[in-house]
Amino acid sequence: MLDVRGLRKVYEGSGRRVEAVRDLTFTVAAGELVCLVGPSGCGKTTLLKCVGGLLEPTAGEVFLAGRKVDGPPPGMAFVFQEYGRSLFPWMRVGQNVELPLKQKDLGKARRRELVADALASVGLADAAGAYPWQLSGGMQQRVAIARALAYEPEVLLMDEPFAAVDAQTRADLEDLVRRLWRERGITVLFVTHDIDEAVYLGERVIVLSASPTVVREQLKVDLPAERDQLSTRVAPRFAELRTHVYERIQAAKRGVATAKTDTPPPH
Amino acid sequence: MRRLLLRLVFVLALPVVLVAVWWVSSAGSEDVYWPPLRTILETFPDVWTGERWRGDVLPSVLRLTAGYALAAVVGVALGTLIGSYRRVRAVCEPVLEFLRAVPPPVLVPVIMLFAGIGDTMKIVVIASGCVWPVLLNTVEGVRAVDAVMTETARSYGITGAARLKDVVLPSAGPQIFAGLRQALSIGIILMVISEMFAASNGLGFTIVQFQRSFAIPDMWTGILLLGLLGFVLSVLFQLVERRALGWYHGLRAAARRSR
Repeated sequence: MLDVRGLRKVYEGSGRRVEAVRDLTFTVAAGELVCLVGPSGCGKTTLLKCVGGLLEPTAGEVFLAGRKVDGPPPGMAFVFQEYGRSLFPWMRVGQNVELPLKQKDLGKARRRELVADALASVGLADAAGAYPWQLSGGMQQRVAIARALAYEPEVLLMDEPFAAVDAQTRADLEDLVRRLWRERGITVLFVTHDIDEAVYLGERVIVLSASPTVVREQLKVDLPAERDQLSTRVAPRFAELRTHVYERIQAAKRGVATAKTDTPPPH
Repeated sequence: MRRLLLRLVFVLALPVVLVAVWWVSSAGSEDVYWPPLRTILETFPDVWTGERWRGDVLPSVLRLTAGYALAAVVGVALGTLIGSYRRVRAVCEPVLEFLRAVPPPVLVPVIMLFAGIGDTMKIVVIASGCVWPVLLNTVEGVRAVDAVMTETARSYGITGAARLKDVVLPSAGPQIFAGLRQALSIGIILMVISEMFAASNGLGFTIVQFQRSFAIPDMWTGILLLGLLGFVLSVLFQLVERRALGWYHGLRAAARRSR
């Protein structure tokens, strides 16, 4: 579904040249939930913006369902970390969710149906008439997720969406993403700096190096599809996987080179 | 109910005191140029008859409305254009700073040369003074659209006219309204000044006529009426602003509460 090949991004400006992303190649299959995790400041956001067509890569290509991405494609929806600045405060919740749909060729009835359905599936069916700033942070991020869902994307890109909410809200939102992914079969690329979150959410975890970023390791998460905050997080396999990812991230921070592997670590 | 009454008292207290001070201090005045307030108020209904309202007040208000509306449309349109493109801004900025620094009243004789002394001249004068605060505030507002909102709009394919209508202009709304508010007071000043130069009717013309014919209480009633006009327009403006920017006041109140 999503095919990233040799992606490289160099920022140039005011005499400084910063290589944020060096060479990234990975794929995300249709219906997969993949988490990208890396040390802080490793160019995760840059990478996601390149994938989403918001930034032009210096080299390399991104393909969405076989088509080259050169600008935000209609088949992708973006959920930003800064929910408060991503929702439009002059529009009510329902209008915020509906706005992107107006760019698509949809009838009014169909738009209403999509908005109501998306808001219901994030548990905010009765908040359509409220303004975003009347809601809590977690609820605002739910609205942003509803907006992305209503857009009916092939791929959902999420850029550290829960970094700014409190721990309990974050756990709820993680379960929400898992549930929506399973119900709707959308492809999700989820960027986070939180190792536990990456292992808990993902079917596969891609570990990134420190900037300039390359793929350190790709790891299949062989936890059961049915996950919950209580039992999954204390499962021995969860601990093994998170320890493994943690070691890789620490190694990445120190800049130790390790071979890329595609197999899960031994039990 | 009690709170409403209390608010009313707060709002009216100072005006009542000021009027009372004026009334008392001018009560026994023999000075021709400083007539008692009592005399001014008694003259008011005789001066501002239905005919005067039709012949002087209405033309003034219509000129103000036309000039102000013209300035608002031109200011917002040009401001959006200049604010949206860095290149256009780089080219225009020095010229704008110069033009803004020219006091609009000195343009009256110049504008008279090519626009004559009719309504066109007055409307152009009002518009040429009102346009600057609207224009410059719009430029700043459009420039300051949040980067995340811009990216959100882009990622959902909200471009062109939809982007302007649903993202850029609402986001710049608070700044645009700040400019419109400044423009309103400038507009009233220019309305009067343009009528003092060359006119056969209007509030400014009438007040100058009274002054030149030593009808001093009549002149004072004109000044009172101008003050009242400005007050009414400002209240109307606030009503519109509250409606258009309801979200902004709510957002700010929410931000204050969470702090």
